[in-house]
Amino acid sequence: MPAPHFLVHSPKDNVGVVVVEGLKAGTDMLGVVTENDTTLKLTAKQDIPIGHKVALKALQAGDTIIKYGEDIGRMIADAGMGEHVHTQNLKTKRW
Amino acid sequence: MASKSNTKSTNGRNLSFHGWRRENKRVGVRNHVVILPLDDLSNAACESVANNIKGTLAIPHAYGRLQFGADLDLHFRTLIGTGSNPNVAAVVVIGIEDGWTKRVVDGIAKTGKPVVGFGIEGHGDIATVAKASYKAKEFVQWASELKREECGIDDLWVSTKCGESDTTTGLSSCPTVGNMYDKLIPKGVYGCFGETSEITGAEHIAKERAINAKIGEKWMKVFKAYQDEVIEAHKVDDLSDSQPTKGNIAGGLTTIEEKALGNLEKIGRSCKFIEVLEPAETPAAGPGLYYMDTSSAAAECVTLMAAGGYVVHTFPTGQGNVIGNPIVPVIKISGNPKTLRTMAEHIDVDVTGILRRDQTLETAGDALIDMIIRTANGRLTAAEALGHREFSLTKLYRSA
Repeated sequence: MPAPHFLVHSPKDNVGVVVVEGLKAGTDMLGVVTENDTTLKLTAKQDIPIGHKVALKALQAGDTIIKYGEDIGRMIADAGMGEHVHTQNLKTKRW
Repeated sequence: MASKSNTKSTNGRNLSFHGWRRENKRVGVRNHVVILPLDDLSNAACESVANNIKGTLAIPHAYGRLQFGADLDLHFRTLIGTGSNPNVAAVVVIGIEDGWTKRVVDGIAKTGKPVVGFGIEGHGDIATVAKASYKAKEFVQWASELKREECGIDDLWVSTKCGESDTTTGLSSCPTVGNMYDKLIPKGVYGCFGETSEITGAEHIAKERAINAKIGEKWMKVFKAYQDEVIEAHKVDDLSDSQPTKGNIAGGLTTIEEKALGNLEKIGRSCKFIEVLEPAETPAAGPGLYYMDTSSAAAECVTLMAAGGYVVHTFPTGQGNVIGNPIVPVIKISGNPKTLRTMAEHIDVDVTGILRRDQTLETAGDALIDMIIRTANGRLTAAEALGHREFSLTKLYRSA
């Protein structure tokens, strides 16, 4: 299997993590869910730096983001499938 | 004690190492003669002694005057713990006056190792440095003839804390440490994790990893106290400028919850923590994994764990934290290919293969165990070779 473009911790997650440098918008990406080794495909809609999150489905403001199968915060702006999820659209529910 | 069952892992690796067994039977993997200041005022004299006597190590720091209560207790516990660490063969303590200097000397003397103290007042720096230098020379020549002996893996105390984390630490370097603990804790190793504020968002998972409900409740009490007394009492915003750090955010971590879930990957899948330690407290409940109540700042946390008696530290990093410690070798593990490309000189164990899916956590954990054994046997870590000796005392509140 070729090296994946992104990894997902749990099948419950709605975001993945880009694990290659210099990922460009338009790239047809291969992803792997590490918990069960299943693969998925997704097209990057934006340039996303290594280590940053990509939306696995269309996300709307108010949606809870799941990573490691757990709640990691709430969307404060929308993100389409394949778009970058970070501080511009995701925030902690605490503090 | 070394025993046959603790020298081999299931996959046939030799898990014994050669260390220095100290007077109190604890085993060290380094053989430092430390020149330890009681207080900030004594740093200059300690550095002069270390400059005079080659092979000794001064550990300057910023505090030690007009502290009181729990903060003073922590100061003494950290200094005494540092001197008592089995990576230290002998200690010269220098303080501005004799009273508190003696308190540190008496604390370290309980280990049975050579320790002596000098107060500066009434003598001045120059006479103090002269007296301390004669003693330091005697100690370092004595220590240089101490021999390593073969020890079982159950003589090793291995702590962990991650830093400049990013999303790759939760995917690769943190679970590598977790895999190591899952393999070594059952073999009698003492483990330790901490970083109380950085478990925010994963506290329900951490509580479940306690050995029983009583320890779980004790842990939750410590976690809540940190939230109430430190975070809630002093925060001016949502901590988004501090937790996650700017480096964390550059690496793709967005929220404290996300950071915490990655952080907890360090304790693996199967091991449970058996006790909750105060900062710099020495474990006393036998072999196993311990939780220590610490800040998440790297140098403060590693300093406290070293003072608790841990002799090797495992440090996952994503963006490339460069931390070391004066007395404990800090092993860096990273899975971030950009960090390995741009600052490889800081990394001891490369686990980038996990992200490419050509390395399993199983083999990464074994690679870390190999590096722990090599480090215990004397291999200098990247941080040691680069001269990183960060020693940061934790201060609980302002001095009187």
